[in-house]
Formats: sequence, structure tokens, C-alpha cells
Amino acid sequence: MQWESVGQFFAMGGYGRFVWGSYAVTAAVILIEVATLVRRHRTLRRRAGRSTATDSNGSSP
Amino acid sequence: MAVNWFKYASPQTFYPLAGRLVPLFWLLAIVLGAIGLYIGFFVAPTDFQQGESYRIIFIHVPAAWMSMVIYVVMAAWAGLGLVLNTRLSSMMATALAPTGALMTFLALWTGALWGKPTWGTWWAWDARMTSELILLFLYIGFMALQAAIDDPRRADKAGAILALVGVVNVPIIYFSVKWWNTLHQGASVSLTRAPSMANAMLLGMLIMALAFWAYSIGAALLRVRSVILERERHAGWVRELPPG
Amino acid sequence: MGAAFVAVFRRDILQAWRRRADWLNTLFFFVIVVSLFPLGVGPEPEPLRTMAPGILWVAALLAAMLSLQRMFGDDFADGTLEQLILAPQPLPWLALAKIAAHWLLTGVPLTLLAPVLGLQFGLEGEPLFVLVAALLLGTPCLSLIGAVGAALTLGVRGGGVLVALLVLPLYIPILIFGAGAVAASAAGISAAPHLSLLAAGLLLALALAPWATAAALRVAAE
Repeated sequence: MQWESVGQFFAMGGYGRFVWGSYAVTAAVILIEVATLVRRHRTLRRRAGRSTATDSNGSSP
Repeated sequence: MAVNWFKYASPQTFYPLAGRLVPLFWLLAIVLGAIGLYIGFFVAPTDFQQGESYRIIFIHVPAAWMSMVIYVVMAAWAGLGLVLNTRLSSMMATALAPTGALMTFLALWTGALWGKPTWGTWWAWDARMTSELILLFLYIGFMALQAAIDDPRRADKAGAILALVGVVNVPIIYFSVKWWNTLHQGASVSLTRAPSMANAMLLGMLIMALAFWAYSIGAALLRVRSVILERERHAGWVRELPPG
Repeated sequence: MGAAFVAVFRRDILQAWRRRADWLNTLFFFVIVVSLFPLGVGPEPEPLRTMAPGILWVAALLAAMLSLQRMFGDDFADGTLEQLILAPQPLPWLALAKIAAHWLLTGVPLTLLAPVLGLQFGLEGEPLFVLVAALLLGTPCLSLIGAVGAALTLGVRGGGVLVALLVLPLYIPILIFGAGAVAASAAGISAAPHLSLLAAGLLLALALAPWATAAALRVAAE
């Protein structure tokens, strides 16, 4: 193990803001993409179900 | 074999299959990512030249690789869709583009953050970084063209032609940028030379690359599910989907 | 086949002649853009001389790009394009005729104007000849690659900006070799490698771009 303390781990030998800046943005980008993808799919899926419902009423085109 | 293959070429059969594959690939990405990061942060030694700042390569290099791989795969799907007129292949191309663009952005972002401590500048007009930037432009062009065309079939075909033209151009662009870069020695810094890598570093990087790979496949599959729902919303099978 | 090529080519030139102002605007645009740079970066001759190849080439790229929309736009609007697609002659061949007309109307005048503007930037002697040679090899590439972008964006929302987005990244190798040729010559190095690479690029574009353009035109006309 090369880190003697948590503080040392986060300091990254003085390069902390570069290393963690990279990892934080990567994590954020991936989380945002996942969230958008999941939400988009859920909305579309719900809409697909709704189109069946309106169809049975005979009001949808 | 061929029959088996084509069975999944219809959006209707592919939609549930993709739904089963997404969690699988993402689970794989999480497991591989955890292993890769553990190796990257706790096993790989400090680099004697760059200190701890080199630990950015565990995401920088995989993102850069994925940005290029995804473009080629995207062009291949788009070309397949154009030639065989299979809707699903074109949808895969559409679904891959945003993830590829994100990977390109990440490669540029992490490259800049690595460049600052290593060469003392956020941005160098070095052949690799410049090519990566141009690749981002190509992704943006592909997405902008598809977004500007309302008819999905036309968008597919136009996008395919652009992607194929782009794929022919990528090696030419890379070569020209490299050529340009070597001619302007004054502006270049010797940054492409990788430090002699310890095995643990290489292993961590490869595992992270696999994690990025698995993540990208999962993301593209989930996006293609949305694309299928959007395009086939008037088809009977979509209307009969159970809610969820 | 030759007759069809000549007919399409002549028709485009004649139409452009009837609307000379449109094509002159492209040239004025080129001159204006080039003239803006000294005003932006200052009148010192030395930096201007080193930047001249890049400035002239970037301005030529933009001017060629701005004129792309007219290549197929009118034909698309008035239905001529469908006639061309239905014609017995192969569409890539007819597309090549239109590309050749576009080059004659933009590339050639740009090439002729460029040395005059080069003089304003302190380029003299051999670099000016290299500039003309590089533009002669490079501007057909701009028309060829641009034709693909023009065909892809026919009748598409926001076509003007979109064409720039699609085409400019693909123009980068031409810019690098074209400007590089002039810069090399100005620095006293042989420009031959750059010019050969431009010629290779032209051959490749000649072989591929008409097909891609034809495919894109078919998609647009569907």
C-alpha cells in the first residue's frame, strides 16, 4: 500500500486537483448520461402504454 | 446461423433482448471499473517521472480509445444499414453517436488536466489532441445532420453517407495533423512518449478500457431501445408492451 | 455521356452568369475576410508574412464553403434535380459536371485573386507561385468534398450552418497541405511534398466524392 493516510490519497502527491478533476468530471458525465438514458426510456415506455389506453377510447389518431 | 442472426435484426425482437443485455453490460462495467480503479490507485506504483498525476491515464486512454472505436463501429453500422436497408443497424449508429461524442469530450478533458502538470499547458496543438478535437467535430456533425432531418429513414441514410465519408477521412486527417505537427517543431512538446509502464499500470489501463467498452455497449443498447420505441410507436407490438 | 456532362456544365455556368452578383459576392467575401486579419492582428509585416498562407487558405475555405449551397439548391427547388436523377447518364458523372462548374466559378477566381492578396501580406516570388499551384490543386478538392455536404443538407432545416459543420472538419487536410506548401516555400524549403500530397488528395476526392454526392442526392430527392 502506497498511501499512508486518507489525506495523502486525496492529495495525490500534490496533483489532487488534476487527478480528481478528471475523475469527477468523468463520473459526472457517465452518471448524467445514465440518468438521461434511463429517464428517456421510461418516458417513452410510459407513452407507449398510454397510446394503448387512448386507443381503446378510440380518440387517438 | 444466418437465420438466427437475422431474427434479432428486427426491432421487435431486439428490443427485449437489448433490455436484458443492458444491466448485464453495466454490471460488467461496474465490476471491471472497480477492479481497474483498485489496481490503478492501490497496486500501480507512483511514476518516477510524473508522480501521481499519471493516474489520469486510467480514464484518459480508455476514453480516447473508445472515442475512436465507437466512430468506426458507428460508421460500420450506418454503412450496413445503408447497404442492406436494415433499420436496426441504422438505429444502432444513431444510438452510438452521443456516447462516442461523450468519450471524445472525456478524452479531451482528461488530456487537458493531464497536460497541465505534465507539460505545463492545458492544451498543446499536438497531433493526438488535435485529431481528437476534430473527431469531436465529426461526431457533432453526424448528430447535427441527423437531428436536422425529420424523416428518420432519410436521416439514417444521410448520416450513413456522412459517417462513411468521415471514416475515410479520419486516417487522412490524422496523417495530415501529424505531418503539420512535425513541421512546426517550435509548438510541439514531447508528450507522446509514454513513460516506461509498469505491468500494474498497463493492466489497470486495459481493465479500465474493458470497463469503458462494457459501459459504452450498455449505454448504446439502452439508447437504441429508446430510439426503437420512438420510431415504432405506431407499431402494434409497441402498444402492447406491458408498462415498465 | 460527354454531351450530358457538357450540357450540365454549360447550364450551370450560364445560370451563374445570369446571377453574376451572387458569385461576385463570394469573391468579395474572400477579399474582405483576408483584409480583416491585418486589422485584427496589427500591421507589422513580419507576423503577417508568416501568417499569410494560413489566412489566405482559411479565407478560401470559408469562401468556397459559403458558395456550396447554390450548387444543388436551385435544382432541388425547381425539380431539375429529379430530372438529373432520372436521366440515363450515371448520376455521379452529372454531379461531377456540377462540381466542375462550381470549381470554375469559385476555385479558379479565388486562385487568381490570391496572389494579389498575397502581395499585400509581403509574399513575393516563389511562394506566390506555390500559392497558385496549391490553390489549383486544393480548390477542386474543396468543391468535391463540399458537394457531398451540400447534397446531404439539401432542403434540411438550418442548412447553411449545418453545411459548415459537416464540411469544415473534412477540409482540414487540404488546409494543412495547402497552407503548408506556401509556408514551406516561404521558409526556403521545397514545397513539392505538400503539393504531391494535395494532388493525391485531389485524386482520392475525384474517385470518391462524386459517388458519395450522387448517393446523397438520391437520398435528398426521395
